[in-house]
Amino acid sequence: MSATWDEVQEGMEIPTLKKNCSTQQLVYWAAGSGDFYQIHYDHNFARATGLDNIIVHGALKHAFLGQLLHDWVGNAGRVKRVGCSYRGMDFPEQDIECKGVVTRKYEEGGERLVDLEIWTQNPEGRKTSPGNATVRLP
Amino acid sequence: MSDATQESLITEEMRAQIGKESGPTTLEIDKTSVRMFARSVGYADPVYYDEAAAKAAGYRSLPAPPGYLGTPIYNPTAGGAGRRGPSMPEPRRPLKRVLNGGTDIEYLADICAGDVLTSTSAVASLEERQGSLGEMMITTTKTTYRNERGEPVAIATGTGIRY
Repeated sequence: MSATWDEVQEGMEIPTLKKNCSTQQLVYWAAGSGDFYQIHYDHNFARATGLDNIIVHGALKHAFLGQLLHDWVGNAGRVKRVGCSYRGMDFPEQDIECKGVVTRKYEEGGERLVDLEIWTQNPEGRKTSPGNATVRLP
Repeated sequence: MSDATQESLITEEMRAQIGKESGPTTLEIDKTSVRMFARSVGYADPVYYDEAAAKAAGYRSLPAPPGYLGTPIYNPTAGGAGRRGPSMPEPRRPLKRVLNGGTDIEYLADICAGDVLTSTSAVASLEERQGSLGEMMITTTKTTYRNERGEPVAIATGTGIRY
């Protein structure tokens, strides 16, 4: 169910979006985004650059946070801004939890807006892509 | 090893590039590319796959999911992969590795299949830092995407780290 203006409160957590990337999903993403850097699908290449494993694309985690927000606001709302930093690596076949907390609810320029703190979280509970976002609600 | 007495990594030639616009790059959004992007993220919302569902939800066609700002036209005979970023001279001391530091995208209007966008980019800032990875240079690049009517539809700020 999409969020409604009346139910939104500052401090509330929005529904978590759970991801767990197969290596196949990383190849889909390479094609979908046009990022074909081999550290994201070629183990030998990744090891040669000093990594232990192939890693999940930072921009895919940014897109996951976009989905977290889209799924929350629905098509009557809009995602207005999504920003995050890539602070830690995530790996395939590992849970990535995408989360958000409402930090501000306000009206501006005739729009009902909500600011959120957003992040992806690894299985150890570390925020690997912290950021913030703004959405419009109907 | 670097120390406080060492000269800045960032040369005058590099600083002179800050704010200089590069491009333009032409990017296409079509139904197939929207579906591929949405599938690669894992969306289940039919608006990204079914044009009738998208129109029923009020979009002109399949909307571009957050993070998708079109695909640069690939033409090997025109040189390169299509996307032209800002040019930047090399730092004073070589930096071998690259990390993506972050992405921030602001959306100003809907972007839908059938749109053709034009992007221009400029380096917004250059910083240097001593971090756990040693000597680091942080480049912030701002890219503005405009539709066929010249209206800005998205502004993306990317952070690149070299070390």
